[in-house]
This record gives sequence, C-alpha cells and structure tokens, in this order.
Amino acid sequence: MDWFDSGWGLTLAIFLPVAGMVVVLAIPKAQEQAIKIVALLTTLATLAAGVGLLVRFDYDDTGDLQFEANKSWIDVIQSRYHIGIDGIALPLLLLSMVVTVACVIYSWDHFPAPHNPKGFLALTLLLETGMNGTFAAQDLILFFIFFELVLLPMFFMIGVWGGPNRVYASIKFFLFTLFGSALMLLSFLALFFLTEPHTFDIPTLAEAAGEGLVGSTQNLIFLGLFLGFAIKVPMFPFHTWLPDAHTEAPTVGSVILAAVLLKLGTYGFVRIALPVLPQAAEDWAPWIGLLAVIGIIYGALCCLAQRDMKRLIAFSSVAHMGFVMLGIATLTDFEINAAVFGMVAHGLITGMLFFLAGSVQERYNTRELSRLGGLLVQAPRLGWILGFCAMASLGLPGLAGFWGEFPAILSAYEPLEGLPVETFRTFMVFAAIGTVLAAGYLLWMFQRVAFGEPKPEFESAHIHDVHAPEWIAWTPLLLLIVALGVYPNLLFKITDGAVTGVADGVAKAIGG
Amino acid sequence: MNPVFDYHALAPELVLSGAIVVVLVADLLFPDREGLQTSRLASLGILVALVPVLTLAIDGADRSLFGGGFVVDDYAIALKAFFLLVAYVTVLVSADYVGEGDYYKGEFYFLLMSSVLGMLAMTSARDLISIFVALELISIPTFVLAGWRKHDTKSNEAAIKYYLIGVLSSAVMLYGMSLIYGLSGGKVLLADIGKFAAAGDAPPLFAVAIFLTLVGFAFKVSAVPFHFWAPDTYEGSPTPVTAFLSVASKAGGFVAILSIIYFGFFEADESWQPVLWALAAASMTVGNLTALRQTNIVRMLAYSSVAQGGFILVPLAVAQDAPRASFEAVVIYLFIYGAMNLGAFAVVIAVARRTRSGEIESYAGLGQTAPVLGILMSAFLLSLAGIPPLAGWFAKFVMFRAVFEAGGAGAVTLGVIAAVNSVIAFFYYAGVARRIWFEDPAAELAGPARVPAALTVALAMSAAVVLVIGVYPQLFARVGELAVPL
Repeated sequence: MDWFDSGWGLTLAIFLPVAGMVVVLAIPKAQEQAIKIVALLTTLATLAAGVGLLVRFDYDDTGDLQFEANKSWIDVIQSRYHIGIDGIALPLLLLSMVVTVACVIYSWDHFPAPHNPKGFLALTLLLETGMNGTFAAQDLILFFIFFELVLLPMFFMIGVWGGPNRVYASIKFFLFTLFGSALMLLSFLALFFLTEPHTFDIPTLAEAAGEGLVGSTQNLIFLGLFLGFAIKVPMFPFHTWLPDAHTEAPTVGSVILAAVLLKLGTYGFVRIALPVLPQAAEDWAPWIGLLAVIGIIYGALCCLAQRDMKRLIAFSSVAHMGFVMLGIATLTDFEINAAVFGMVAHGLITGMLFFLAGSVQERYNTRELSRLGGLLVQAPRLGWILGFCAMASLGLPGLAGFWGEFPAILSAYEPLEGLPVETFRTFMVFAAIGTVLAAGYLLWMFQRVAFGEPKPEFESAHIHDVHAPEWIAWTPLLLLIVALGVYPNLLFKITDGAVTGVADGVAKAIGG
Repeated sequence: MNPVFDYHALAPELVLSGAIVVVLVADLLFPDREGLQTSRLASLGILVALVPVLTLAIDGADRSLFGGGFVVDDYAIALKAFFLLVAYVTVLVSADYVGEGDYYKGEFYFLLMSSVLGMLAMTSARDLISIFVALELISIPTFVLAGWRKHDTKSNEAAIKYYLIGVLSSAVMLYGMSLIYGLSGGKVLLADIGKFAAAGDAPPLFAVAIFLTLVGFAFKVSAVPFHFWAPDTYEGSPTPVTAFLSVASKAGGFVAILSIIYFGFFEADESWQPVLWALAAASMTVGNLTALRQTNIVRMLAYSSVAQGGFILVPLAVAQDAPRASFEAVVIYLFIYGAMNLGAFAVVIAVARRTRSGEIESYAGLGQTAPVLGILMSAFLLSLAGIPPLAGWFAKFVMFRAVFEAGGAGAVTLGVIAAVNSVIAFFYYAGVARRIWFEDPAAELAGPARVPAALTVALAMSAAVVLVIGVYPQLFARVGELAVPL
C-alpha cells in the first residue's frame, strides 16, 4: 500500500469524483438509471478511499501532514501540487465524502424540477472534488483553485434547480464569494512576495509565521484573507447572501452548502490565516470575536422572525458559525479543537435539518411555518427525526452539537494570553444568551411544524412517512450525531495534535 | 555588410506571402462558388507557414537582419506561432460564414492573410519604420474586411469608422515617431532610442513624443478613452472579422507596445508608466461598466475586450518595476485571451447560424436546445471572467503577480482596481450564462441547427486550450518565460 500512502490515496480521494463526472457526462441523458448508478458508485468509491485514509492514518502523529504528495505543477510561479492531511483536515474531508454520498442517495427519486439527473449529479461530483481538494491542499494557489472550483457547480445548482427567486440568489452568492476570493488572492500574492524565500507552500509559510513582515503589512494581508474567508463562513455583516442562497437552493444544494461549503471559510482561518499571520490574528481576534458574537445574537433574532422553515435554518447557520468563529478568535488549542468539532457537528446537524426541510416541503409543498403543523400525527418518524435534529442543533448534551458550543462559550472565559480578557468574557455572556435563543427558535420551529393537529388544508392529504432512500441517506448522519455526542474523544483525539500545533505556533509567534 | 541573406529568418513571412499569392491566383483561375476550396487553401498556407516557425524555434539562435531592424528571437517566434494559430482558427470560423454569403470569397482570405503577414512582421520589427509599416499592413486589410458585407449599412458604418479612426491614430503615432526621430538625432532603431532615453538628457518634448506614440497604439488596442470606435465596428463587421479584430489585430497592437517599451522607451519610465496606468484603469472600469448594459452579444464582447485590453495593460503599467514578470504576464495573457475570445466568437457564430440573431436574449435556453454549445459558451465566458479552473484565471493571476512584484502604492492600487473589476466583469459574463441555463428557450430556430465541421474544429481547439491551460498552466507559462527577451 505504499502507493496509497505516498499521495496517490489522497489524490484519488480528490479526483475520483471528477472522473465519475466525465463518465456521467458521457452517458446519454435518457439512461437515467445508469447515470445515477455511476454517480453513486463514484461517491462510494471516493468514500472508500476516504475510509482507507482513515484506517491508515497515523493517530499518534496527527499534527503532521500525512499521505503527502509534493509534485511540480506550475514551476514558473513556484506553485506546486502539494497535498496532505492532518488531524484538522481529515474529519472535514470525511464529512464532505459522507455528505455527498447521502446527497446522491437522497436525490435518487427526488430530483427537483427541471429534473435532469445528469446535470445535477455531474455538478454534485464536481463540487465534491472542489471540497475535498480544498481540505487537502497545502499550496496557496492549489487551495485557491479548489476553493473557487466549488463556486461554479453551486451557482448552477441554485440557478437551474432552485426556487422562484433563484437567479437573484445564485448571482448574489457568486458575486459575494468572488469578491472575497479576489481579495484573498491578492493577499496570497502579497504573502508570496513579502516573505523570504518566496513560496506559496502553506507549511513553509506557517513555519515562518509571518517573520519579517511589518505589523501593519501583516494586518492588511490578514484583512484580505479575512474578507475571503469571512464571506464564505459567513460572518456578520457578510452573511446576507446565505439566507437567499439557502432558501432558493434545491435541498441537496442547501445540504452541501451548509454542511461543507461554509466550513471552507472556517477551515481557511484555521489552516491559513492563523498559522501564517499569527500576530495579525492576535490584533484582529477581538474584532473577529465581536463580529462572531453579533452573528450569534443577530442570527438567533432573525430566526425568531422567520416564517419560512428553510430560511430559519439558514439563519441558524449564521448563529452556529458564530460560535465556531468565536472559538477560533480565542486562539487557544482547547478552543480551536472545539471549533473544528463545531464545524463537523454543524455539518452533520444542519445538513440533516436541510434534508428534513426539503422532505417537509416535498410533502406539503410549502415551508411556511404558519401552514405547517401536526407532522407527528401524519408522519411520526419524520417528526421525531426533526425533533432529534432540533435538539442536537440547540446543543443538548449527549449529542454532537453540544461539543461545538459548550467549549466555545467556556473558553471565551480564558482566551489566549495577550487578548483582552474582559472583552472576551463579555462575548461569553452574549454567546450564552445566544444558546438560550437557539433553544427558543429551534423548539419553536419544532413545535410549529410537528405538534398539534394538521392544518385543515392538509388534513386529508396523504403524507408519506420516511422513504427508503431517506432512511439510507440519513441513518449514517444520525448515527454520527449520536456517536460524536456520546464519545466526543472520537474526534478530539484526531484533531488535538494538529490543533495544538497551530495554537502553539500562534502562541510562540506572539510571545516571541 | 554581410552579403549572405538569412532566408531562414524570413521564412515564415516568405511562405505566408507565397500562400497569399497562391490563394489570390487560385481564386482567379478556379472560381469556386462555395469558397470552401479557397478557405482550405488559406488554412493550408497558414499551417505551412508554421513549419519554418517551428524550425526556427528548434534552431533557437537569435537572428538579426537589416541592421537590427528585424530580429528573430524567442519572443518573436512565440508570437509568430500565436498569430498563425489565431489566423488558422479565424479561417476555420470564417469558412462557412464566408461560403454562405454571396460576396467576394477569395478576396476575404487574401485580405485576412495579408493582415496576418503584418502581424508576423510586427513580432520581429525593432525599428520605428518597421513597426509603422507592420502596423499599417495589419490595419489596412482589416478596414476592407470590416466593410466586407457591402450591402449592409452597419458594415459600411463599421468600415468607415474604423478607417477614419485608424488613419487618425496612425497620423498621431507617426507624428510622435517623427518627434522621437528628430529629438534623438535621427535614430530609428529601438535599441538606439533606448540608449538615448537611458542617457537621461532628453528634452521634455521627448515625453510628449512618447505620449503621442502611445496614444496611437491606444487607438489600435481600443484602450479607453480611445475605444469609442470599437463597439460600432465590432457590431457591424462580419462576426469572423470581429473575432479577428478583437484578438489578432488587438494583439498586434500589444506586441507593438511591448516592443517599443521594452526595446525603446524602457528607461524613460516616468513618461510612459503613468500614461499606461491611466489607460489601464480607465479601460478596465469603463469597459466593464459599459458592458453591463449591453443587450447585443457582439457589443458586449466588444466592451469586454476593451476591459480585457485594460487587464493586459496593467502589467505594462508597472513594467519598469517588474520587467520580467510584466513581460511574461502580457505574453501569457495574450495567448490565453486569444483562445477564450476566439472560442466565444466561434460560439456566437454558431448560435447566430441557428437563431439569426445577435441579441443576448436569443441565448435563452441554449443549454436545453444545444447543451454542448451552451457548455462551451459558459466555459469561454467564465474563463474570460477568470474563474478557475478555466484558463482565464491564470492570465489574471500572472497579471496580479506582476503588480505585486512591482509593489509600491501605485501598482497595488491598480491591482485592487483590477480585482474589483474582475468581480464586476463576472456579472455580465454570468448574465449570458444565466440566460443559457436558467431560462427556457423562446422561439423556433430560424436556421439550421447543425454546427459545420470547420467551426467544430475551431471550437474544439479553443475549448481544449481553455481547459488544459486552466488545469496545467505550466505549458503556456513556459512559453511566456522563454519569450522574455531580457
């Protein structure tokens, strides 16, 4: 298995989906069954490669890059095909793979109008390559390419298969992200030219930790990176594309967007912004913390005002990603661990919630909370799964959501030395209020959708309970939510080594 | 003087001249109604002219003729290959368009190839006279080509506007050149002018001379504020000619600017850097903002090419501070721009055959009625927008790289303007992609749905470049690196 460990395994995990996409495109449109099977097999094969990575991963050394490949790519600009994963990237990579498989299975008989499984699945596979590649890239330019690669498929997914306002939502999504990534690219270039030796290699840049850069330059470069990543997360006040994109996107698009794409932003902070520019990160941390807390409160308040189930879940994403960003802003290892945990947990839980919102819409043809009700009567299993996910999302201990939020609040009490303690303790109080609000809006949503009697207009409608494809797609996600909630060490054990590396690097650079 | 004449160095031009004569005579002796034979003959001639370019590249030695006024180095060879390939693709996209119109078919190719001959000469031109002659050889045939659809008033308008502006710009440029000639004490060789500029004792009038020369070229590359002829000319000309004007003719102008700056004015940077800075910033911004409002696809592409010209000017505006990176950036950008813009025009021609319309509205639902054309058009447009993994990203990237290597407040400001502009540009490129995919097809087809074979080949070539270079840019990057004459 030498070939697998020496980079080919990871390369397969990244590029198998694109190969599958080429096959899908080669099959005539009429043979839908064949297209679906090829797409499913591709995502399963990719997941198998991912499981291979999981099995062969060296858990005693999670802080180091494994399955590394470092080949020449664009010599002229000193950019290399450098990939590798450590304990932070591995869980997110697997999350992306699991979610994609679930999406292909879920859409088996549920292709949204205008149908066309060929185009839909081809885009899903292209998305997977972009997502997997972003988590594995160790070169800034390679990272940028994969980071951008996800834009086009998502743009078309929202624009072609989306709701009534899809054109507006898709263009808005693209323009916001493109604006951020254009500035991000400028920052990458500035980093390249201002550091010695000139390089795009992320580990090398992290090693240098911004050495030789004047504080003000560091801050400017960090601003560019911040805009690129913060728009993707999205942080308040750059979040306005998210509710529109989510509301209009087809179910699978929403799931992938919430579960994986948003993580690309937070992952960028942990992988690039913090290690490469630790001093600027320290200067910016209180501001990031402030925006994160505003996001938590603002997102929660917006949730309480929503009438559309999907829009509510979208705003809850803003709030939850606020917790992740607050965690990152404290710059401590405990906290960044929690942030990575929060990313995975949010990916699983919010992904599930969007699946559920899609299923509810499919059955009732509406997502208006005021028209829904009595789901527990008409489709009890669907109702209870919704209840379960709402509980997980509000951070009930014993489920995955808890481990993302609770430590985030806890450790804002004690941020990294050098950060203003009082400020972060104030943030902590507001974040705690945010969790109460979260409980409020999630329970309120669950109550409106599931409790009581069905509304008269749907009283006689036949509401099908959970379908077989839904069961197959959802079971792994639900099991993971429980498993990670009961035994969080499953994940903390993987991330800890890598996170400690990042946090130590930051602490060292600031101290020294 | 060396009596041995280096025929090898001149071989590409000689072969192409021969081919031009053959095309003209063949059309005279064997009139063919379809015009297809002439197009085949023309494309064959262009491909044969590529052979000496290859042998020169393999030989690798720098050759200098006519007292240094005509130089064949890696830069010249790389761009000769580029122009011949662009010409080949242009002939491919023209074949059916020309064949189906009832105008002069043979003369079309004769004029096209004459203009390409000017481009080949331009890559090697290293003195003011050669540059001027090459530029006129590029321009004059295209004046006629623009008015080729002579019963169409828009085509007439296109030709007249293009002709008047072309002559005006030549006059301005020639005036600038004459000032340079006089001030430098009778120098025409760029190398001598370079020494004069480096000596630093040039009178202030020298700056005016540089300015006037650059303004002449700014007309050629349709840089704002000298761009107003372009949209009308582009819209009125036959579409293959527009493709040729927006890629080859424009690239000819940029090659002239590259040569004249790098071999001539280089040291007098305070005279040309601010001018190019302003031209670049204005072209990007005005080109993009105007393109947003267009409803005709060709006019949109015309303004888009004004904006793209601005992007190409960006590295030139910082050339003094990052000479190598800027040169590479311009050459790489030209190569990639050529592929994606020709590709976009090839789709426009293919779609216009189907719908008999140039309105952006007519692209509605193309993704359903002709998915392959839809995918290709989206790929070319999004590549123009610079979205990875399509080739355009690399063109933009090398541009930004040059800007950051130059550093300094002015350069970085220009970089930020370029970044903001690439976001604006996405809006109208995506606007077309949106119609293709998000809307339903409107009317019945007005023309045949089949895409002719020659056009298919042209589309395939452009698409291959856009995809392959996007994923593995090293191929073109290497060419760009080799071409740097420093």
